[in-house]
Amino acid sequence: MKRLTRRTAENALEGFLCLCTIFSVFVTIGIILVLVFETFEFLREVPITDFLFGTVWTPLFFNKQFGVLPLVAGTVLVSVIAMLVALPAGLIIAIYLSEYAPPKIRRLVKPILEILAGVPTVVYGYFALLFVTPLLQHVFPTLAGFNALSPGLVMGIMILPMVSSLSEDALHSVPKSLREGAYALGATKVQATMQVVVPAAVSGISAAGILAMSRAIGETMIVTIAAGQQPRLTANPMVPIETMTGYIVQVSLGDTPTGTIEYRTIYAVGTLLFVGTFVLNLISNWLRERFRERYE
Amino acid sequence: MVPMETLIRRFQNSILLGGTVFVLVVGAAIMGCGGRSTPGDVTSQLIKIDGSSTVYPVTEAVTEEFMKINPNMQVTVGISGTGGGFNKFCNGETNISNASRPIKQVEVEACAEAGIRYVELSIAYDGVSVVVNPKNDWIDSLTVTELQRMWKPDAQGKILRWNQINTDWPDRELHLFGPGAASGTFDYFTEVIVGFGGASRGDFTSSEDDNVLVQGVTRDELALGFFGYAYYEENREDLKVIAIDNEISEDGDVPIIPSPETIRDGTYHPLSRPLFMYVSLEDLSRSEVAAFVDFFLTNGVDLVRDVGYVPLPDSEYRLMKQRVTSGLQDSQLQP
Repeated sequence: MKRLTRRTAENALEGFLCLCTIFSVFVTIGIILVLVFETFEFLREVPITDFLFGTVWTPLFFNKQFGVLPLVAGTVLVSVIAMLVALPAGLIIAIYLSEYAPPKIRRLVKPILEILAGVPTVVYGYFALLFVTPLLQHVFPTLAGFNALSPGLVMGIMILPMVSSLSEDALHSVPKSLREGAYALGATKVQATMQVVVPAAVSGISAAGILAMSRAIGETMIVTIAAGQQPRLTANPMVPIETMTGYIVQVSLGDTPTGTIEYRTIYAVGTLLFVGTFVLNLISNWLRERFRERYE
Repeated sequence: MVPMETLIRRFQNSILLGGTVFVLVVGAAIMGCGGRSTPGDVTSQLIKIDGSSTVYPVTEAVTEEFMKINPNMQVTVGISGTGGGFNKFCNGETNISNASRPIKQVEVEACAEAGIRYVELSIAYDGVSVVVNPKNDWIDSLTVTELQRMWKPDAQGKILRWNQINTDWPDRELHLFGPGAASGTFDYFTEVIVGFGGASRGDFTSSEDDNVLVQGVTRDELALGFFGYAYYEENREDLKVIAIDNEISEDGDVPIIPSPETIRDGTYHPLSRPLFMYVSLEDLSRSEVAAFVDFFLTNGVDLVRDVGYVPLPDSEYRLMKQRVTSGLQDSQLQP
């Protein structure tokens, strides 16, 4: 009898756990369905070529144009600036921590670095707008108050721990024998690191970079606060721009009635964003798989 | 935060579309989690206000004073823009709607359809202020025609440099900042400057939050923006206000700077205008809403002046009070 109740409890628990798992799967499916459905409705009114290749984005205004390229350009511009900061700095930090730093320093620095990743993004946003931009204006007097440069740099700082932490893991899991082999051939420490260890870990490092890129593309708060709300097709980091995420926030801050074409634009942009980050995550996963196969 | 809240609500609305499957599986589990605000669930001690961000500073000031006296009441003031505010108001989600333009015909119909009856109260005068960065040393005044050439829909992608408006001005980029399309200030400005409400170029930095615009202009030498007078008044150290020449010769050919005097006597033409508050009659029969409105009309004068707008003459406020009383009686006669 007692065994039976225990059995029932066990089954119930198992069922509950299963339900939780199914729940998260269905949430994901629900989100994708909503995105696809609304995007489909959007594309019935706007030809997909106009959407993907148009160069003017003004769906909220009198002369409505639905070319998403200015938003894509804004997102890419900010993300590229962020990567220009995060990749070199992250890699240098990772190499130092993995190959050079004494364990004591490594134990101290790693958690401190990871704090950077825990700072709320809204704080980063105002840091960019109220501190970094005025500072940069001393150097570049023509820099506009809203621009791609300052949020890009700050976003680079934000994703830095991601790059350094994941790259460090990759460097760390390069087998000792490879380093020892290099030393045996008479390589110096720098030679062993740069010519053996880093190339051996390159797929892991690229995976880290791509994951960080996908994080940068999806980042919302920093660019909404500090980059401006003006979609424009430019590679100039000194002027106000708007990113895809920034646009979605802008529409939801105002009040656009449901069912209108303006309202559907946020789903179309959201889908594009989703597809972009999804593809990047796939690439990153694929790279990491490859890297695992080689040494285990 | 407003954007997140709206986003979440919208998402929840839409999930109904894709979520039938989802409901079948976990229907029971989500029953306790629905945080969606349904129209009419306003608790009795809560007054919900939303609408124009231009009117916001006045309402906020009044709310603060009101809650000092009535600590057990809660008043929330949102900034969805005039259009956004009316959407919620006519949906029964708010009790009072702030507006920087009179209610539009479509909104009147939306309210009528939902059975929301209301009383319109004008509460202050505002002058839409055109501002530039203090470092801008090339303009002090603009004509309505020049403003029109900057902002009309055709200017989109074409008028991008200062010297395209006037060859004496520098050959540098023109960065425009203005309220978003849900804003009454945007509607008013486009109507009097471009000639058709809502018609404007789309390639400028737009935000429903006027503080974003203030920050944009104060940090950008090449900027030009417009918003309610109170936001200029609040930040006058960091902004340079532009005198406006309406090019009507009877008014004299002098550009006029917005100030309490020129806004009140209407010489700051065509950009001075009244601001409004719309109160639901049904909610007005609730004592706390009535108390709030009465407090507003009694103490509003000083607070309107404090935040930088121009109060109506006292007689007008008395008139508004009468309108509240008679509106209330009407609504009780025809339930």
